[in-house]
Amino acid sequence: MRIVAEHLSYIYNAKTPFATTALDDVTLTVEEGEFFGVIGHTGSGKSTFVQHLNGLLRPPVRKRGKKRGPAKLMVGEFDLTDKKTDLRALRRRVGMVFQYPESQLFAETVFDDVAFGYKNFAEKKPEAGEVERAVKEAIEIVGLDYERVKGMSPFDLSGGQKRRAAIAGVIVTKPEILILDEPAAGLDPLGKREVMALLNKLKQSWCKTVIVVSHDMDEIAENCTRVAVFSEGKVKYVLPPAELFQHTEELLALGLDVPLTAKLVRALKERGVAIDCNYTMEDFIAKVLAYKGGVC
Amino acid sequence: MLKDVSFGQYYPVKSFVHNLDPRLKILFLIGYIVAIFLAKEFLALGACAAVLLLAVLFARIPVGKVMRAVRGILFLVLFTAAINVFFHGGDAVYWNAPAVLWEWKIFRVTQAGIVFSAFLALRLFLLVICSSLLTYTTTPVSLTDGLESLLTPLKWVRFPVHELALIMSIALRFIPILMDETERIMNAQKARGAALDSGGPAKRVKAIVPVLIPLLLSAFRRADELGDAMDARCYSGGKSRVKYKKLRFSWRDLLAFALLAALIAGVSVMRFFPVFPL
Amino acid sequence: MANALEYRDVAFSYGEESGFRMEHLNFSVQEGEFVAVLGHNGSGKSTLARLANGLLTPDSGEISVFGVPLTGKNLFDIRKQVGIVFQNPDSQAVASIVEDDVAFGAENVGLPRKEIGERIGFALRAVGMEDYRTATISRLSGGQKQRVAIAGVLALKPRVMILDESTAMLDPRGRREIVEVVKELNEKEGVTVMLITHFMEEALLASRAVVMNRGEIVMQDTPEGIFRRGEELICYNLALPRIGEIARRLRGGGMDVADALDVNTLAEEIAKCVS
Repeated sequence: MRIVAEHLSYIYNAKTPFATTALDDVTLTVEEGEFFGVIGHTGSGKSTFVQHLNGLLRPPVRKRGKKRGPAKLMVGEFDLTDKKTDLRALRRRVGMVFQYPESQLFAETVFDDVAFGYKNFAEKKPEAGEVERAVKEAIEIVGLDYERVKGMSPFDLSGGQKRRAAIAGVIVTKPEILILDEPAAGLDPLGKREVMALLNKLKQSWCKTVIVVSHDMDEIAENCTRVAVFSEGKVKYVLPPAELFQHTEELLALGLDVPLTAKLVRALKERGVAIDCNYTMEDFIAKVLAYKGGVC
Repeated sequence: MLKDVSFGQYYPVKSFVHNLDPRLKILFLIGYIVAIFLAKEFLALGACAAVLLLAVLFARIPVGKVMRAVRGILFLVLFTAAINVFFHGGDAVYWNAPAVLWEWKIFRVTQAGIVFSAFLALRLFLLVICSSLLTYTTTPVSLTDGLESLLTPLKWVRFPVHELALIMSIALRFIPILMDETERIMNAQKARGAALDSGGPAKRVKAIVPVLIPLLLSAFRRADELGDAMDARCYSGGKSRVKYKKLRFSWRDLLAFALLAALIAGVSVMRFFPVFPL
Repeated sequence: MANALEYRDVAFSYGEESGFRMEHLNFSVQEGEFVAVLGHNGSGKSTLARLANGLLTPDSGEISVFGVPLTGKNLFDIRKQVGIVFQNPDSQAVASIVEDDVAFGAENVGLPRKEIGERIGFALRAVGMEDYRTATISRLSGGQKQRVAIAGVLALKPRVMILDESTAMLDPRGRREIVEVVKELNEKEGVTVMLITHFMEEALLASRAVVMNRGEIVMQDTPEGIFRRGEELICYNLALPRIGEIARRLRGGGMDVADALDVNTLAEEIAKCVS
């Protein structure tokens, strides 16, 4: 499923004294199969944007026979400006993991919680074995021990496990597009690493497209095919990391961070050492070592 | 993002009325209600209306906003008025027509009935406009402060005024947070296919569980965290506590108070020496 | 001179089922020090913080603050001296308006009204929020909310300030704001700081770092010293800062770079090697 957004704008609390523009004429395409990064400050519009992608927020809806507004949003074959779009069918295929997803756990057992989404989206009443198979698979891919946790209360899991259980509850329907809003926020370093590894695993074997909102530039540089930079409701850049982080000065001026590799490249340049890398750690190290070989 | 609009009616502009002491505004509302109930004739009620109009103008609240408050009770007012029109009776004659205009079984429409219903409707409208003016011009926080201050005498009878005020102010502080949280959890469950806004009543009640449980858990967790944060800042009840903000009356308050006093006095006088009695 | 904080042979547990247990903990923090506490979730960092001002009471052992043992009687005096800022920016404020919230602690200890006003001014200036005195807290950014929380603690003029993962829920900009404020408090006001964090870069600002694991303090050194012991850190479920990893892998590739924990030093090292 390809995502095409054109001239998308969104104002919270429109027509009140509290009106704030969250999205301002955003045009953006995400191809099927991408590992797409979204970066920007809190309040830059990035969360508002991703919430449009599964219809939690809607662009202005077009009425029958009326001329459409400038806004367009297509997610696969779903036209989000059409009032009649089947949101349930859309959400089944576009999974969304919110920030701190463990706060959405509610059921008595991990099994029930993960099964919740599967049952909700089922076309007809699923057979018992079918649900169990899907839940088992989802729990296992997020790295939890199915036999051990299925009967446990989700609230008895540790912090990192809760988060993984919550992610299992979203991916259980095998969505084609998976959107995650800061999936590693608040975890300890090990937990962060595990979540990022999980995303890579999901990207390879589970969901065709992964869209991740993150503040962690190192992870963005390591994993993403392309990155969109949001600032004050607008999209400033949509580039692969290798090109994006050549704009280090501009990103820093926007108050955003850059990956460590980009900082090192910049500091080396000041010292007369020009390294041209794609900003992954692997490539940076290889290029530095090669540089040494080339000069000495 | 729910938090800003739907919570409270406070209309954030700077105005004479916004700047009044919240205690005075609460007292003003009470006094005003007394005045409209003391009023026995249209002239007196007209005076009340004039004072309120002045207040609305000085509060810089758009008329549309004020009317919206009225719309909420429009049905109630029309219903009461209708009942009164049909059943009031009375034989006073106000204009050149028979005292009884229409009659059928127990229903009787009289001139006096119509006039009385109109009077009643006007009174209700004034009541609602004045109360909503208070909430439009006063933040919930300063309303709490005002109430705490006005209730202070109750401390003498060991009424826990401080605790009550603290509970109110914490509740006010957490309402927007919990509303945000509710929205977030609802979105998260909707994304998992929960049908929160469709289906019959039974289905909807069942659908609320996945929202309610996380919300309650989060509220408890927050209460815990807040308790720790309060303890860490030496909270030990209201005993040796000092209140930093002290409400002070200013010339504005005096002016408003004088206006109210004049209104009540005028209306009272008219009650005993009516000019155009109903 | 007495230590700002001293834990002597402290034992604590949350009950049998929790699986967490702290035993024979001995630890001290000197006055004016800036200590970073690292450790994975559940390693006992928050317990350490909460023991310091009597939010938790040890099962045995003694905790003293500036030489005074903490007892039930002097609890409030100790809390005036040891302030804690917590993790969640949304559940620490009592009031809706910035100055009302900052005043809360000072009101609790019954200071004269004029002094409360001065302390609000002082605290908000110290965290760079003086322009937000009458702002509504719910509309501030996460970093600003946490700065208000710090100000609320500062208004009590504590001599020790503990930040219990106060940056965990913030974005990078918010984190920078908090870390700068804390560093300045330590340097300019001489406040003793204990910074509990998951972010290795934040620990680098401290003069000493300790690592906790299962209720025990397992490493104590300068931050640089700690990060040099990469393998050990990994055993305690912590990660080496990325920069240390790069330096190590460059060495592994045959480049003779010394360990470095900031960008400029490492760049300098690399530049030296290649030219």
